Amino acid sequence: MSYAGWILLTASLVGVSCGLVGTLLILRRMAMMADAISHTVLLGIVTAFLVTRELSGIHMLIGSVAAGLLTTLLVQWLHSLGVQQEASIGVVFTSFFALGVVLISTQAGNAHLDIQHTLMGEITFIPWEKSTLPLLGEVPEAVVTLSIVLIIVLIAIIAFYKEWKITSFDPALALSLGIPAGLMHYAFMGLVSITTVASFDAVGAIMVVAMLITPAASAYLWTDRLAVMMALSGAFGILSAVFGYYIALWLDTSISGSMAFATGVVFMFSFIVSPKHGILAKRLRPTTSSI
Amino acid sequence: MTSVLQVEGLSASYRKNKVLDNATFTVKPGTLTAIVGPNGAGKSTLLKTILELHPSLEGSVSFFGAPYVKVKSRVGYVPQRGSVDWDFPTDALDVVLMGLYGRIGWLRRPGKKHREQAMQALREMGMEEYASRQISQLSGGQQQRVFLARALVMDADLYLLDEPLAGVDAATEKAIMATLDLLKSRGKTVLVVHHDLQTVEDYFDHVLLLNRTVIAHGPTAETFTESQVHRAYGGTLRWKGVASG
Repeated sequence: MSYAGWILLTASLVGVSCGLVGTLLILRRMAMMADAISHTVLLGIVTAFLVTRELSGIHMLIGSVAAGLLTTLLVQWLHSLGVQQEASIGVVFTSFFALGVVLISTQAGNAHLDIQHTLMGEITFIPWEKSTLPLLGEVPEAVVTLSIVLIIVLIAIIAFYKEWKITSFDPALALSLGIPAGLMHYAFMGLVSITTVASFDAVGAIMVVAMLITPAASAYLWTDRLAVMMALSGAFGILSAVFGYYIALWLDTSISGSMAFATGVVFMFSFIVSPKHGILAKRLRPTTSSI
Repeated sequence: MTSVLQVEGLSASYRKNKVLDNATFTVKPGTLTAIVGPNGAGKSTLLKTILELHPSLEGSVSFFGAPYVKVKSRVGYVPQRGSVDWDFPTDALDVVLMGLYGRIGWLRRPGKKHREQAMQALREMGMEEYASRQISQLSGGQQQRVFLARALVMDADLYLLDEPLAGVDAATEKAIMATLDLLKSRGKTVLVVHHDLQTVEDYFDHVLLLNRTVIAHGPTAETFTESQVHRAYGGTLRWKGVASG
């Protein structure tokens, strides 16, 4: 496949995984947790590197899931002690992120692991870091990792679709029916963590938040059905990734930045023209008294 | 006959305030009980603690003579309407179907049979025509009816409802009470957190007066007396329209 082809495939894999996970993030009112986890995975990655001295995908995945779950646990713990939810998120992730930055600059100086790279990502390098797979031949490592993560995300969401739905909508009812809402919460944070770290190389820690939140927020404006919202969110993720890539080519600028920008454009478009909540629809709709 | 619900010495705190202190009572089968008490008396906390949704400090609860975890499917809970996000992308039928998720089990999807059951429950609540309506498009009373339909579909033996009549229109109130009476006539036991003292005598055959602990509990005629209600509410209460205290 061509160089541009690999980049577009990588970006689309990021878009669809983030779009699917992002739908549940938004409906569980946990957009801030995405922000937190996208930063704390840095600590997970650095720690994994310091322990194993390797920058391989699997170590990073394990490290980041551990960091993500630790973040979730600590936020929950502080909250249970009476600290406001948002404040505890803010305290935990900035501390972990800072620790990650300090560790990178003092302990991992020689490694191919720098702050610029982890924050912004560098999708342009991805097609060169290839590994050889049976049948498929040479495939960029990031594409392999992202495909595995996408498969995990798809299986988790499809297999437990009704459990995700009920624990997002009414966790108290879920518990009273014997569905473990707490366990589902941590499982979900695990999904967010692996999605984030897999998307990391491509779009970086900061832009991954745009990919997680904005396509899902756009999809929410178009539909009243959860399954449709998920499909649309994934589609918007791909659209933003491809659209962003060509914006970057056209303006000769950062690819990850352009992709994040593209998610914003999709959102603005949805916000204006969506039939349900769009500004135009509200203007055109005959005014009815509120019920 | 064994009790449906037995609560002994149950205490719970919320943000370090003890909101429930040594509550003890036993609910008999086939009764329709109102849980009544002033704001902050711990009514919702009582339900949540009984259902292990809120941690208890001490005390024990048993359902049908067994611990909750063994009999979850026989206990139906209807949370306060305000406890969920009504902007969630789903429709009325889907919310009712959620009542069946426990029975459907892991890795399976609701089938045609389940959809018919859910539809039947909506019909019983007079909500059939709203089945495919997005839930944010329903009025408060209609949303509460959807919650009741979801409880019906659970087919439990004991129902715990948290303020089902709060902020609903008169027609919905009537429909909900008719449903609760129907459940009672089928031999089910119903416990309702209730806020309107005016209607207690008309609607419920038993009353549990709560103010952090159980003030009084028993048949409405004997329990819901002026002196007992005063004990629960303190001196500022208007009893049957006449100011006192």
